[in-house]
Amino acid sequence: MNQNQASPDPTLSDVIKIAILAVGGQGGGVLTNWTADLAAKGGYDVQTTSVAGVAQRTGATVYYIEMAPKSDRRPVFAQSPAPGDVDIMIAAELVEAGRAVLRGFVTPDRTTLIASTHRILAVSEKMVPGDGRSDVDILAQDIQKSALRSVCFDMDSIALQAKSVISSSLFGALAKSRTLPFDPSLYEEVIRASGRGVDQSLAAFRAALNYEETQTVSPPASPKKGIASVTGPAPLIAAWEDLSKRVNAIAPPARDIARAGLRKVVDYQDIAYGAEYLDHLFAWQAKDDEHYEFKLTQTAAKYIANAMCYDDIIRVADLKTRASRNTRLRKEQGLSQDEIAEVTEYFHPRGEEICATLPARLGAWFFARPKAFARLDRLVNRGRRIRTDRLRGYLLLRFLGILKPYRRALYRHQEEQAHLSKLLGTAAGYVKEDYALAVEILACQRLVKGYSDTHARGHSKFAKVLDSAEILHGREDASDWISRLRAAALKDEAGQELDGAIKTVRSFTNTPEPAA
Amino acid sequence: MAERSFVKEVEHLKIGAGETFRGEGILAITKALLENGVGYVAGYQGSPISHLMDVLADAQDILSDLGVHFEASASEATAAATLAASVHYPIRGAVTFKSTVGTNVASDALANLSSGGVTGGAIVIVGEDYGEGSSIMQERSHAFAMKSQIWLLDPRPNLPSIVKSVGDAFALSEASNTPVMLQLRIKSCHMLGTFEARDNRRPEMTVKDALEAPKRDINRIVLPPASFLHEQEKVTKRRPAAIEFIKTQKLNEVFQAANPKASRIGIVCQGGLYNTVIRALQRLGLSSLYGDVDIPLYVLNVTYPLIDDEFLEFAKDKTDILVIEEGYPDYIEQELRAILHKAGVPARLRGKDPFPTAGEMTGMVMHDGIRSFLKDSAPEILPDQALAPNAPAQQPPPRLVTQVPNRPPSFCVGCPERPIFAATKLVEQELGQHHIAGDIGCHLFSINAPFDIGATTMGYGLGAASAAAFNDKTANRRSISFIGDGGFWHNGLTSSVGNAVFNDNDGVIVIVDNYYSAATGGQDILSSRAENTTKSTQHPIKQAIEGIGVKWVRQIDHTYDVGKVQATLKEALTTPETGPKVIIASSECMLNRQRREKPLRAKAVAEGRRITRTRFGVDEDICTGDHACIRLSGCPSLSLKQLDDPLRDDPVAHIDENCVGCGNCGEVADAAVLCPSFYQAEVVSNPTRWDRIKHQLRQSIITWMQHRQDKRRLVFSGSDA
Repeated sequence: MNQNQASPDPTLSDVIKIAILAVGGQGGGVLTNWTADLAAKGGYDVQTTSVAGVAQRTGATVYYIEMAPKSDRRPVFAQSPAPGDVDIMIAAELVEAGRAVLRGFVTPDRTTLIASTHRILAVSEKMVPGDGRSDVDILAQDIQKSALRSVCFDMDSIALQAKSVISSSLFGALAKSRTLPFDPSLYEEVIRASGRGVDQSLAAFRAALNYEETQTVSPPASPKKGIASVTGPAPLIAAWEDLSKRVNAIAPPARDIARAGLRKVVDYQDIAYGAEYLDHLFAWQAKDDEHYEFKLTQTAAKYIANAMCYDDIIRVADLKTRASRNTRLRKEQGLSQDEIAEVTEYFHPRGEEICATLPARLGAWFFARPKAFARLDRLVNRGRRIRTDRLRGYLLLRFLGILKPYRRALYRHQEEQAHLSKLLGTAAGYVKEDYALAVEILACQRLVKGYSDTHARGHSKFAKVLDSAEILHGREDASDWISRLRAAALKDEAGQELDGAIKTVRSFTNTPEPAA
Repeated sequence: MAERSFVKEVEHLKIGAGETFRGEGILAITKALLENGVGYVAGYQGSPISHLMDVLADAQDILSDLGVHFEASASEATAAATLAASVHYPIRGAVTFKSTVGTNVASDALANLSSGGVTGGAIVIVGEDYGEGSSIMQERSHAFAMKSQIWLLDPRPNLPSIVKSVGDAFALSEASNTPVMLQLRIKSCHMLGTFEARDNRRPEMTVKDALEAPKRDINRIVLPPASFLHEQEKVTKRRPAAIEFIKTQKLNEVFQAANPKASRIGIVCQGGLYNTVIRALQRLGLSSLYGDVDIPLYVLNVTYPLIDDEFLEFAKDKTDILVIEEGYPDYIEQELRAILHKAGVPARLRGKDPFPTAGEMTGMVMHDGIRSFLKDSAPEILPDQALAPNAPAQQPPPRLVTQVPNRPPSFCVGCPERPIFAATKLVEQELGQHHIAGDIGCHLFSINAPFDIGATTMGYGLGAASAAAFNDKTANRRSISFIGDGGFWHNGLTSSVGNAVFNDNDGVIVIVDNYYSAATGGQDILSSRAENTTKSTQHPIKQAIEGIGVKWVRQIDHTYDVGKVQATLKEALTTPETGPKVIIASSECMLNRQRREKPLRAKAVAEGRRITRTRFGVDEDICTGDHACIRLSGCPSLSLKQLDDPLRDDPVAHIDENCVGCGNCGEVADAAVLCPSFYQAEVVSNPTRWDRIKHQLRQSIITWMQHRQDKRRLVFSGSDA
């Protein structure tokens, strides 16, 4: 098994060393016991160890197994894996496989790596306001590069499909790897003897054992795109088709994204809103340059659509009352035909949201009068749980959805139009001087998201980055810096990274701090 | 009832001579106690010996059949004091707890016990929580053995040796009238292996016999003048007796080398490190699979006291000796050096010099340390490859380093403690940052992201005690301290709450009551709500708090009500009332609750009974991907999902199938005014007729309206991007 040429004892090379790295709750203990039973049934002496304690509470946990052919003497086994001395490394998750490599438990001279490529995100990845996830491509490539052989695919979804847990499919992958001198039938015997959920475990085991690796690593499967279709009353369909045709005049590199944007905008409001969107796009295309592959139009297509489809109460009410939502919910919750779902929505409207949904002048009236606003806020600001499977709750949201045709007259719309003008105006101002800078400015719309406080913080970050453009423009690296500032803004909630980056910008541009 | 059940495994405890026992270290220890006629066992749970307590609890019927009494002690101090039963009576007793923290707590009783000495064999099985997987400060139990003159056993880590050491410990204790500590390292507790069983033995004297025929001997009580006598007795009688026993019974082992070349060098190691040493020697080509070594090995299965002439005999004719000792200070190395020096033996002794001064002796450290020693002292016996390995040290791919985030332990799915810390974070956002003192238990996970709450942890039950200094009536802010129900009953009632009452501390004390000693594996405690057939439970914390004199007490019976926890905490921080403000935040540990309820639910569904289950979901088109909800939760089932939408940059929140519907997501969204993308689905399986009629009636109207609406507008499906 291993190449311990230095050893005077030939039996030493018969020792098989297996480490298992799992996240607490993944059934690493079950897999360890199965492997021990397998070894015992296969005529091996075996020892397993694991680390108990808090590591089992969702943290990373190591299990370790050593086995050697039975003889009349007791082998001396080690109690934990040593770097460079592991024959089989089983990782129950992609980052854990990466961790195994970093700890030296996977080496190209000897280690067979068996890893599930699915992800269980760490808290530090999830809590980032932007996208803090590890790069699965780097992980998948590097773990396989580090191993002698690897069996890597998504063993979690295989287990889920069989209504089992990942320990079963990992056991199947171990059998598939043929690194242990045991026949798959012996593995099955072990599972059968364990006595709990045997059928499901066997199904997951076999699915993994017979898994066809079409690629070395299957990236997380993206859901199948449905064929785009649209239904509705004939006049609206006709209007939609006319509008859709206009997209053909958008330059090819930006055409797909423009089409997606148009659908989003029309779905959000109406045909006229879609026309408005396309007007914007054509204006940007006119400023654009073929030389840059219409990067500007592409970026505009994406972010103008997002800016135009701001999140207000009307949109939330509309989305939550659609038939398609019901279908998605039943699928998401895995409901069978005869199961009933009682659905509660969590709303917490504040004075701000209510006033923003009032006619523009009335809304402005409230916002201008703190006392009146406070009184209104006291009246409305509280959590509301709405049962949308019941008529009362459903009708309440439908009523809000009915406001949709009047949206353009509401306070929020004026505010969002002003925001859009600022975004587009700032970007447009730089197109001639610095094309890349204009593209980066448009992409700053990404910073505006969330509701209430989160939304306000997003807006303040957006403003800070745009203000920095004023200091930076004219420099060769202006667009790089805006891109960097945007990335910094998405790193933490409070914007500390962004403030630090802006400080740097101010220092090298010799710009004084703004007066507090 | 504990998280892990050993009901099936404990049946093996009944096997007798001629049979082979197969199981984990903790079960082997239990079996060994029974084979050695133990009369009583006690202990306090804690990693790595938590499951030893669970095994004992699940084996209670077997124990009582043999006349063995079992106690789940209130603390390690209680456990150690329990050994007082072996002072006057020839009853064998064993207690267990984690070390060094448990030994710290127990040291008062241990010191008194070892002063007066014992008649019956008294052993303390310490789970040495050291090295990888440990959750406590890194110290050695060795110091306790030295200061109190308790003998310390550290057997070779294989089940036959561990099982043998239990019998040795009892016999040694009786031969020297001294309690004995048996050290069990983390990786041995759950090590699976086999040993040849012997018959179980009933205790020669039971606690019942002793109760009915009481004895006393004033010379064994720790009061002057006896205490001065004890000090002398320890060195004039008990220690020589122990040394004699260890020597004649050959508790330490010498493995001579077959290769005569290497006889001028030798290795001394703690018994617990034997396997790691052998593995290193195997990798260096100096040992067979079965431990036939090429270098003489002196294995200390007894690490305190050391046996001078046994070591001198080993050191005789040696020029270079390596001492392999885990942790710092290097007590063994110092003592061995002194022995050589006093005897005038010129052998060169090395220890912490080829090895790092502190830290775990992992496989890597051991290999490198021994190789370095041999390279200096006996390069001729090293195989060429070990002398100058060709392969350069393995470097991990550099870009991989940035892609592997840490994964510290955290709150489980649906944990009732999560909303308490979400509420605390929200209160701090409103009232500013506070000094927050932590305690020991699951709730200490709050120190990590996303909560980042808690400044210190000073010991079990000492949460509020560690905020005692922050008692200044003129300050504009109060301290907050957390303490779990386990810590509260361990000693928190007096050390933390009583102290705050007595000193009129204005601070806020939050007692996190999850119905169990949850972090150690869900054992029952005084305030557990469960019916326990052998223990008395259901004693409310609130009564104890009021009894000790706290005036301001608030009981919250549903911690998931984030708004309520938030309001209560805010009130506690701002009320003009003086004295401690105690909030008891109670909800059952979700891990244990699920373990209890899941099988019942599955059974009900299978039987066709009406049953509801709750799960949360996120409307992906409403979620904007700002992850504010995750920064107030960190729940493993609340994760991210990349949408198949070219217009979206950032992944949206997503709730996976492990959600238990605890309600935290909705409550936090409400309390923190987050987005309305969460929904709660209460799923009714096997609905009744009335359920169905109601549902169909509602749905027919709603569906009709939806269809009507869809006929009047454009409905997009699929995507063309």
